[in-house]
Amino acid sequence: MTRSTLTFGNIGLSYRSRDRGGEPQRVLDSINFAVSSGEFTVIIGRSGSGKTSLLNLAAGFQLPTDGSVLLDGIPIRGPGAERAVVFQDDALYPWVNARDNVAFPLKLRGVSKENRRKRADALLSLVGLSHAADRRIWELSGGMRQRVGIARALASEPRFLLLDEPLGALDALTRTKMQGFLLDIWKKSGAGALLITHSIDEALLLATRVIVLSPNPGRIAASIDTGFAAELLAGATPEALRSSGLFKRTHEELTGLIHRLSPEEELAA
Amino acid sequence: MTIVAGLSEKLSNDAAPGTTAIRRRRVPTSVISALTVLALLLVWHFAAAAALVSPVFLPPPLVVAKSLWTLVTEGFVDSTLAQHAAASLGRVLAALVASVAIGVPAGLLIATSRVGRGILDPIVEFLRPLPPLAYLPLIIIWIGIGEASKVTVIALSMLPSIIIATAAGVRAVPKDHINAARSFGATRAQVLLHVILPSSVPSILTGTRIALGTGWSTLVAAELVAATRGLGFMIQSAAQFLVTDVVIAGIFVIAIIAILLEVVARALERWIAPWASVR
Repeated sequence: MTRSTLTFGNIGLSYRSRDRGGEPQRVLDSINFAVSSGEFTVIIGRSGSGKTSLLNLAAGFQLPTDGSVLLDGIPIRGPGAERAVVFQDDALYPWVNARDNVAFPLKLRGVSKENRRKRADALLSLVGLSHAADRRIWELSGGMRQRVGIARALASEPRFLLLDEPLGALDALTRTKMQGFLLDIWKKSGAGALLITHSIDEALLLATRVIVLSPNPGRIAASIDTGFAAELLAGATPEALRSSGLFKRTHEELTGLIHRLSPEEELAA
Repeated sequence: MTIVAGLSEKLSNDAAPGTTAIRRRRVPTSVISALTVLALLLVWHFAAAAALVSPVFLPPPLVVAKSLWTLVTEGFVDSTLAQHAAASLGRVLAALVASVAIGVPAGLLIATSRVGRGILDPIVEFLRPLPPLAYLPLIIIWIGIGEASKVTVIALSMLPSIIIATAAGVRAVPKDHINAARSFGATRAQVLLHVILPSSVPSILTGTRIALGTGWSTLVAAELVAATRGLGFMIQSAAQFLVTDVVIAGIFVIAIIAILLEVVARALERWIAPWASVR
């Protein structure tokens, strides 16, 4: 796969106020960064910091008020298969089974039924769900659903995986398992990943780079390169990583960054 | 009866799905219902036997049962009970096909297009509260007294609930479901065909079931006015000759078919859209 870059070029996003004559609400301001395929970028920030808006802009569900999001230099004008999204609330289709959910992006592209089935089965095997191909969505656990959602996103052969807190609704044990799994899949797919999360711990374990957003309006407060994901991929356990001094220091630093931003917000409110 | 019992159970059952909390044994609701029906039949029987009312007004249950049997074997006014019922069901089903064919696209249009809503909303809102019998005479003037006018009236009475249910179903499609398809490169037409339509199916089916109930009551009323065959016609002509037992037997048949339609429609909903009852 050729190297691809998703560039946020001086992005600003404002929402028009609901009451007439009201000040427009600034959601994102002066966002500048780029994500390349092969990178795992995690966006972290408190509620209201515009994390989800940032992902929506990358997906093309929304267009920025200022600046533009570029894919390999070309401005994004809408959603596209090269930027597949995995949703927090899985967004799988209950009227078809797991296999047909995974095959859905292929169906949109007019791939023949036989090839769809082959490809979907291969992807389900990649996410460890070969045995569940014929099951309906409501028969699957939360973790299994997210794995189907990831397999479905991979089916569209994206250059970037956009992950909107996909592990947010899972219980702690499943979440830890899914983190390792997600990292593994990302490495195998060769795609770039952009993950939104509330969890500093998750950010440190998965990211090659963590971007911290500050709220009101959402701005980049810090961008930190980390190497824990590489260690995790190399076989280190999450527990071992968490107990290292560097992990604890970085965790504290990020916690400080995110909390430092709160009094300002309280004053504004 | 089973439907009502199922509903009240659903309302009172707080236990996890698939389990029931253990509690003191009580008389099941279905037994209470069965006893009620039996008691009513007994009251009816003794009221008739004691000749409290003239048998012309209230024939005893056994006479009604006998005339029901005669209806099945010999019929009434040139047709057997099965022929009358088939005529009625045929009209309702023809009307159902017509109203789904018109109502579902109309509902889609209302929910997805501002102009579509502007055009169709006043028509639906005019039709919805109107009693079908109010426009039956006009339909007869326009289309005549044949099958077409009855099917048209029934279809018109079914249309609003199908349109409204379809529009509600389309509006309730989760935004993420649509966004997911768009992020995989779906065109507008593909989103409509592969996401919005299947997602609205449970709501459309519920609307259709409600419409079937409305259609059935409109049908019987329409047949009272103008028909030569059908259950409504049957009880109307029996009433004109004061054959009260046939009238009562006919009412029972109409009620039983209405209940059966509801049961079949519910089974279809569970079969076609099983996810709707799970989620």
